[in-house]
Amino acid sequence: MRMLAWPYVAWMGLFVIIPLVLVLLYSFTSGDIHDMTTWRFTLDNFARFNEPIYIKVMADSFLLAVASTLICLVLGYPVAMIIARADLRYRNLLLMFFLVPIWMNFLLRTYAWMSLLSPNGLINRLLLSVGLPKLEIMPGQGAVLLGMVYNFLPFMVLPIYSVLSKIDRHLLEAASDLGANRFLTFWKVIFPLSIPGVISGITMVFMPAVSTFVISALLGGGKTPLIGDLIEQQFMSDRNWHFGSSLSIILMAVILLSMAVMSRIDANQPVEGRRAA
Amino acid sequence: MKRQPEAAWKQLPNKRRIEGTGNPFPRKNRCKGTKKQFPMKSRIALFLMSLMLLASLSGCGAKVTLNVFNWGEYMDETLLEKFEKETGISVNYKTYDTNETLLAKMDAGGSSYDVVFPSDYAISEMIKKDMLLPLDFSRIPNYKYIDPQTKNLSYDPGNKYSVPYFWGTLGILYNKKMMKDPIDSWNVLWDPKYKGQIIMKKDVRDSMGVALKRLGYSMNSTSEAELRAAKDSLVEQKPLINGYYGDEIRDMIANGDAAMGVTYSGDPMDLYWDKSADFSYIGYVIPKEGTNVWYDAMVMPKSSKHPKEAAIFINFMLDPDNAFQNSETVGYTSPNTEALKKMREAYPEIFTMDAYWPSVEVLKKSEVYVDLGDVKTLYNQLWTEARVE
Repeated sequence: MRMLAWPYVAWMGLFVIIPLVLVLLYSFTSGDIHDMTTWRFTLDNFARFNEPIYIKVMADSFLLAVASTLICLVLGYPVAMIIARADLRYRNLLLMFFLVPIWMNFLLRTYAWMSLLSPNGLINRLLLSVGLPKLEIMPGQGAVLLGMVYNFLPFMVLPIYSVLSKIDRHLLEAASDLGANRFLTFWKVIFPLSIPGVISGITMVFMPAVSTFVISALLGGGKTPLIGDLIEQQFMSDRNWHFGSSLSIILMAVILLSMAVMSRIDANQPVEGRRAA
Repeated sequence: MKRQPEAAWKQLPNKRRIEGTGNPFPRKNRCKGTKKQFPMKSRIALFLMSLMLLASLSGCGAKVTLNVFNWGEYMDETLLEKFEKETGISVNYKTYDTNETLLAKMDAGGSSYDVVFPSDYAISEMIKKDMLLPLDFSRIPNYKYIDPQTKNLSYDPGNKYSVPYFWGTLGILYNKKMMKDPIDSWNVLWDPKYKGQIIMKKDVRDSMGVALKRLGYSMNSTSEAELRAAKDSLVEQKPLINGYYGDEIRDMIANGDAAMGVTYSGDPMDLYWDKSADFSYIGYVIPKEGTNVWYDAMVMPKSSKHPKEAAIFINFMLDPDNAFQNSETVGYTSPNTEALKKMREAYPEIFTMDAYWPSVEVLKKSEVYVDLGDVKTLYNQLWTEARVE
């Protein structure tokens, strides 16, 4: 059986470990990117980040990601619950409705939003034709937030759904036998049990949201660059791989830190749950 | 009760039953005694042998595949089929969106391109960094059709490495219905009257260049004070603009999402040729301060594995008929004198348009981008600051 693991180990080594090591190397060096002999150890790439503009970009990205994660949670939890509670016959169908958009290319979906939300786009023409005022959100942060929530919502719904659908119904019956009303049952039984799903949902939404660059470029008009835009720019237009790599490392550190905080909450949860019970 | 196991077995879905028996085909679907099945191993061997046979057959023609990497929407792709038919050389055609992307891809290595189409300043950078192969003009006889005015330019003196492909300008694409006054200056992009109606180009050279030119400086300025002034004016302009976009600008202006945007001269020509709708409300102006005149040229990267065939391809693109067809489809101005003659016969009206045939006076005030060398870092940094602040 050990043999079976080797392809995965090789895959991970080749496509995860080596690139990560390269990014780390680039981030701590300067010199010609093709010629390792010119590389010199330096912390300048990280020091350069400590400028107001980069801090602002990171803060903007972080806030937007947190906001879109929260909105996804608020919108996604009820949806997951509705699907999990639905009759078994319809459950897969409902789930399908949520998954079908993901089958389409992410870039195409974002372009579609562009033509919907643009100043003279479909939605505004519709609004004007019935005498309503124009919706002026694109390009802007509002449109970026909308694009993020739209694109990442399924990643919140799915993990929560899969946890909710596995909750033992007898627990709910027991709760109501013991006199808990529906709200109390939710708050004391269902919600604590669904925390692992919520945590993985938050992780799966927050990570792509904090590093996205397409959505902000298309729906935001590039007026508020996010950290993802900045990294893309370092590699594609400025060709400064060293600074680009250090930005990536900083972003990874921010994500890891946030995940660590989240997993603490996760670890604490069962204890609290037991105490509540 | 005794019969239950059998009944349960029968209720299993068909598939399961088949898997259970290890037989990929249910017996009844198989024709009796049709073929003698080869044992598995010899079947695999047969398959491999047929594959090898196929491979050797296609190897007979020694078919060369050229990797051609071009700007998006920058070639009449039916020409590629024609090229394959005429020469037997096939083409793997891919596209990019900015010179910086092309440079980044070539810089990253790992890919081998045979013909690419960088602009002037990118070509001089490639020459400086020794990234190009000198062209073998004995294989490119059609070079004689190239207009002498587009030869021997500063980015590649003597045209050792490059053959011009198209040239054009940077200007303002606008929607006549949404403009209150006629425009003739870059200043209109800073006019508060048009708040939210202005789109700038998401490109460091083009946006910094427009800001520099508006202030009366060179688009190739290397003076830090001038560059900082350009950056400040971009920051000052930011509340007025709709956004920074790339290829999307043409469609956004045509759609009425904004009144004007900075684009290349091919965009108005695209809309001019597009007969699917009436785009007569679209205008293009080259501001009186002058602008950037750019040349895109065909070059061969050092990594090319088929320089001979690449030269044949370049020669093919310079053939008067092909160059004419290409200019007709893509819309940009051809540097090929024979193709231009044909264009003038077929479409005399476009030679009165700024987008296809800019006036000599405005060209005199215009500049070709040069490679900035180390100042590029400052450009990039100021451009980032302008967008973040």
